[in-house]
Amino acid sequence: MLEAFVNGFSGLIAGFLHLQAANVIMIMVGGALLYLGIKKDFEPLLLVPIGFGCILVNIPLADLMEPHGFLRTIYDAGIMTELFPLLIFIGIGAMTDFSPVLENPLTFLLGAAGQFGIFLTLALALALGFSKLDAVSIGIIGACDGPTAIYVTSQYAPHLLGAVSVAAYSYMSLVPIIQPPIMRFLTTEKERTVVMKTSRKSVSKTTRLLFPLIITVVGGLIAPKGLPLLGTIMLGNLMLESGAVERLTKASANEIANVVTLLLGISIGATMDGKVFLQTQTLIILGLGFIAICLDTACGVLLGKVLYLTSNGKVNPLIGAAGISAFPMSARVVMKEGQKYNKKNYLLMHAMGANAAGQIGSVIAAAVMLSVLKGMGII
Amino acid sequence: MKILVSVGEEINEDDEVIKMESMKMENPIYAPASGKVTEIMVQENKEVEADDLLLVIEAAD
Repeated sequence: MLEAFVNGFSGLIAGFLHLQAANVIMIMVGGALLYLGIKKDFEPLLLVPIGFGCILVNIPLADLMEPHGFLRTIYDAGIMTELFPLLIFIGIGAMTDFSPVLENPLTFLLGAAGQFGIFLTLALALALGFSKLDAVSIGIIGACDGPTAIYVTSQYAPHLLGAVSVAAYSYMSLVPIIQPPIMRFLTTEKERTVVMKTSRKSVSKTTRLLFPLIITVVGGLIAPKGLPLLGTIMLGNLMLESGAVERLTKASANEIANVVTLLLGISIGATMDGKVFLQTQTLIILGLGFIAICLDTACGVLLGKVLYLTSNGKVNPLIGAAGISAFPMSARVVMKEGQKYNKKNYLLMHAMGANAAGQIGSVIAAAVMLSVLKGMGII
Repeated sequence: MKILVSVGEEINEDDEVIKMESMKMENPIYAPASGKVTEIMVQENKEVEADDLLLVIEAAD
């Protein structure tokens, strides 16, 4: 009888006995993510569930990521089926006003330039010996867009999901720190002080309604593999612009996006098991992701400089930095940076154009990349 | 939007006169010239359009 009690109580310390160094480190990493989210306000909506998921999965014997574990069930239902990122995309479409791009179609170019980091990083990852599919998933960090990165990685390199999504989301929130030094390095003070004229061109409702439809059909025909990404963001946008389905638009932008963000975050955290996550590979991926975002910024600003020259100095090259998908953070960075050099410079709406273009650009870049790779027989 | 000056106040060029909220960010609007504020054309917490007149400054000589 006594023996049975002793055995029974020893069960209570089994968890401690199975705790490995890797788990302890990852519980601290989870704690650090919670700290960044709660205390530093870095993407709290994502970092809080990710950090907590990371802690949960590193507690031994709970088997939360084993078959029938609750985290495994959420992960299989939403990440492996790609449903979570796609549902988030409907919400993003329902929240984003693309009219600053339509007012100034030139900003489309900046949104495209902001994606170059994807392809340069893909090449770099291949050069470092990553397999083709792993390299695709690492390059996509350069889209600077969490759901896009998760969508691509879950399809082609699910074992890298934790590292890739943590890199994508943390660099997105570090945009205000990463971008300004690159912007300053690549531009002269004279270029940074350029004041851009405000345009009051209004975009007709028909244009705004046709835009998501045309992008879906034409983009889908060019890059069918990326249609889930393009189609969902554009469905959300069509609902927003039509004004006819306000309840669906609001639900997509709020309730659905919130619920899915919670489930997405906790499932991403669940991929951060110490055994898988604590490898040199993860550090290399974090490094390559950082390079990707620096390259995006540099390419955007360099194209901005080309526009500065071709427009006889009417375009402030700083807005090029906003050609990435971190929306609207990147546009705010441009606004602040411009005002540092010329207090009467209000670049926000111009930067918003580039930023909204970057949002579409990252999805199109991912779609094009998937279709090209499919054509090459790699995927 | 928050108005940081009042009618009759003397201001200097590049003083912050209005804080405007746009894209969930507070954007400072700076005075284009030194002088006296003679009229404020907008109300706090009301929306404004691009190119709207915000306040009138009588330029100092």
